[in-house]
Amino acid sequence: MSDGFAVVYPGTGTSAEPATPRHVPNRGGAENPSAAALRKRFPGAVKRVDVVWGETNVEIAGSRAEEIVRWLHDDPSQSYEYLSDVTAVEHRDPSLPIEVVWHLRSLKFRRFLRLKALLPKGKPLEVPSVWPVFRSADWLERECYDMFGIRFTGHPDLRRILLWEQYKEGFPLRKDFPLRGRFSRSEQLRQALAANPEARYSMEELSVADAFEELPVDVRTRLKGGERTGE
Amino acid sequence: MELTRRPELPVRPAPDTIAVSRGGDPWITTKLDFLVNWGRANSLWPMPFGTACCAIEFMATAASKFDLARFGMERMGFSPRQSDVLICAGRVPFKLAPVLRRIWQQMPQPKWAISMGACASTGGMFDNYAVVQGIDTIIPVDVYVPGCPPRPEALLYGIMMLQQQIKTERMRDKTLRDEMEPDPSSKLYIPPDLIDELSEPFGNSVHQTRSAP
Repeated sequence: MSDGFAVVYPGTGTSAEPATPRHVPNRGGAENPSAAALRKRFPGAVKRVDVVWGETNVEIAGSRAEEIVRWLHDDPSQSYEYLSDVTAVEHRDPSLPIEVVWHLRSLKFRRFLRLKALLPKGKPLEVPSVWPVFRSADWLERECYDMFGIRFTGHPDLRRILLWEQYKEGFPLRKDFPLRGRFSRSEQLRQALAANPEARYSMEELSVADAFEELPVDVRTRLKGGERTGE
Repeated sequence: MELTRRPELPVRPAPDTIAVSRGGDPWITTKLDFLVNWGRANSLWPMPFGTACCAIEFMATAASKFDLARFGMERMGFSPRQSDVLICAGRVPFKLAPVLRRIWQQMPQPKWAISMGACASTGGMFDNYAVVQGIDTIIPVDVYVPGCPPRPEALLYGIMMLQQQIKTERMRDKTLRDEMEPDPSSKLYIPPDLIDELSEPFGNSVHQTRSAP
């Protein structure tokens, strides 16, 4: 087949290497070739590369995340077509920065690449959104914003996704968030019951669904008036 | 806050006084309470509100082996407007609290509620920021079924307890069908300080309080 890609069905491989590598060291080992390509293409933005359990982590400058991901997606020598996750990590040590993590997979070259951007505490937690490159980043970034409070600049609709939009207690997966939340149980319940269960959809979502004309008249007039969440 | 509370009534055994005609035109005499309660208790239509693993056990209860239809409950009302018993199976997050409240308000009287499992009854192991600590803070509950999840036998026992309760209801009790009105400002049935007291820290997470930095 062209460009060196051949389908190997399970059990028919001729390589001496097993499909799942065994005895992978914790640190070190063969680096994903994309890491060297990134170093060459973005000399200032790639800060560190290490290989953990056979997977390559590339630490990048957060401000250039969208540019780097776009290149990895578009360049035919990389062709990372699949963004499997966008998430974040906060360490227990409060002096360590918060990490934003992108998991990229190239189906064509069978490569996996993990990009990390470190966001120091005390500064606004902002990285560029990769939504213009991967539409699948939409909900992943919303979830990351919901749980960690990281703002993805350029995201078209950065709202809470798991918690309701009027949620006032903060970002639950941050280490400074108490397990039971900040408010008392009765206050949490009072705020939850005050929410309107029908006000879950934004105008954009409804118009995209082409369901607008089928809505009841009162809902249509409310939405036309610019009501978004119906608080 | 003023709470509407049902007056305590002496539990009376279901009247079994029933007279049937012997020959001639058929007739029957009994107490209206007995007849109505007998009909209600044996044709409960459940409204399943399944959110978690308890719903799997509920499905097993409804399926052929345990056969909920033996108790007149074969008709699942997936619309709250055509059902009698709300069976809340599983944990209820705060985001779902207004939905559960509205479903309860949409059900016509007479209606009852079963809280199935540890999470629906108390929050269970989910003593955290996202989960309602017992649905009795949202809707009035008639029967609590403990277990994690309860076995189908346990749910059946809970349903039979509910049937026993229905059979002792009396029409003379005018407050029986009164809807519990939530406090208009807080929208809560139970006074806030009581809710906070009920959900005092316990279990594994006592070391982490709301005053943590």
